[in-house]
Amino acid sequence: MQIGIFTVGDITPDPTTGRTPSEHERIKAAVTIARKAEEIGLDVFAQGEHHNPPFHPSSPTTLLGFIAAQTERIILSTATTLITTNDPVKIAEDYSVLQHLAEGRVDLMMGRGNTGPVYPWFGRDIRDGIALAVENYALLRRLWREDVVDWEGKFRTPLNGFTLAPRPLDGVPPFVWHGSIRAPEIAEQAAFYGDGFFHNNIFWNMSHTRKMVHLYRQRFAHHGHGPADTAIVGLGGQFFMRRNSQDAVAEFRPYFDVAPVYGYGPSLEQFMAETPLSVGSPQQVLEKTLSFTSQVGHYQRQLFLIDHAGLPLKTVLEQLDLLGEILPDLRKGYAEGRPAHIPDAPTHASLVAAAVTHRPSGPTLVDDVTGRSPMQRQA
Amino acid sequence: MTTILVITAGMGQPSSTQLLGQRLGEATLAGLREAGQQGVQLRHVELRTLAADLASYLVSRVPSQALREVFEAVGEASGVIAVTPVFNASFSGLFKLFFDLLEEGLLAGRPVLLAATGGTQRHSLVIDHAMLPMFHYLKARVLPLGVFAATKDWGGSETRLSRRIGQAGAQFAELVAATPVVRPVDAFEHVTSFEDLLRG
Repeated sequence: MQIGIFTVGDITPDPTTGRTPSEHERIKAAVTIARKAEEIGLDVFAQGEHHNPPFHPSSPTTLLGFIAAQTERIILSTATTLITTNDPVKIAEDYSVLQHLAEGRVDLMMGRGNTGPVYPWFGRDIRDGIALAVENYALLRRLWREDVVDWEGKFRTPLNGFTLAPRPLDGVPPFVWHGSIRAPEIAEQAAFYGDGFFHNNIFWNMSHTRKMVHLYRQRFAHHGHGPADTAIVGLGGQFFMRRNSQDAVAEFRPYFDVAPVYGYGPSLEQFMAETPLSVGSPQQVLEKTLSFTSQVGHYQRQLFLIDHAGLPLKTVLEQLDLLGEILPDLRKGYAEGRPAHIPDAPTHASLVAAAVTHRPSGPTLVDDVTGRSPMQRQA
Repeated sequence: MTTILVITAGMGQPSSTQLLGQRLGEATLAGLREAGQQGVQLRHVELRTLAADLASYLVSRVPSQALREVFEAVGEASGVIAVTPVFNASFSGLFKLFFDLLEEGLLAGRPVLLAATGGTQRHSLVIDHAMLPMFHYLKARVLPLGVFAATKDWGGSETRLSRRIGQAGAQFAELVAATPVVRPVDAFEHVTSFEDLLRG
């Protein structure tokens, strides 16, 4: 089970002080938070991507590359990579380089993005969101897997004799998750390829999340990737913890009440009752988080949103300390009753090992930068 | 089970808007029974009880349990009777909010009877000039006969509000009886296969 955090990268005034952090502060805070995540033993740090204020992460691989240099173990991921408005060729290039620099500690989560004007800024139309996600990702897969690509589609200039440089590390592309809150087509896409499916699990009630995950699992089996319970599922979630629950509620409420997206809406109590948000003692957060398994089955990745809505860095780091304290119990809880055939989320190492098993006598793909092949790396 | 859903946006309790909706619902039921349809039930939704839920959903995208149930009821209704009070020469904001937040396509092909209440008869064209364009946009199958009730209509015998309610109810019953129930397509049951998605 992978446990980690994901961040939107919003620059929001702290409602309790009225102070707005600078872009510089928030960018450096992202690095501090990622390093802290590794320090407390988390498995994943995932960075969002936005191309409009009040968000800073317009260049996720620059940020993740910098973090890669300052960490050793944590997997760097995205939440999400805009497969609709980015050129798939550029995504392939950027994340190939990142994968090499991070020694394979990289995977991606594809998303469409829901900000209307961002699409035309990049020459696209939000109404083509699903079609863009389908076509662009189909191309991205080929760029990472085929040496020479001839391609023609609806949205991008055709490619003739294109070879991606650099090739993916060890000839093995990063693992890909597909994130969607409500589009069944995206669950179907993830299932078709046998990729991971991630539900943000923040804005909607758990019964909806369950529906999406169920659909993905059924279609994963339908497309022949294995039994439904072996599909690769990730969930989001959010919490705010203090030693005693009244303190947590009192401290978080002013942030919740005016938070971007769901602020000025339901009360904190209603939101806690109807969505996966937990605000309370470490024990309460632990119990609510572990209850997700009963809704979606045994899953592979749990990411928490902890640094949004103007929460100061100091508070975020305290939240991570508390998360670190319940981490052993979380892991123990997830392991409990987990059948042996439930796979872990693929990592670079596991994908390399699988590539070797699946291509025992085929041509050895050589990584033309490192000169290594999956065979050599395995040996 | 055939359900006629009455959605009213009255503010008060009791409310003439709610009363008009109830009378229209009963008239429709009587018409359906006459046509031999038994076991038809009437369900009433007063939007004032969902006002906070609707506003919350608008700004937070989190639908409350109560709201989800009502949206589901719309998707299962054989007919919808929609009644609003007139505010500033149009439907009320609460009325609009409900239909703004209703999932796309949920009213398409569904029989709808429109009605409104107002202080004076001078507002009676609100059904044709304000309500009709919205329901046509939503592709509802709107009964051409709407019912407008001004305050005075509830007293004056010469206006024969009851007769108009009876007429509209009878005609709406015919429309409902002649229209197969449009069930919303469950995107989770009817998945577009990825091969089709790839073909674009």
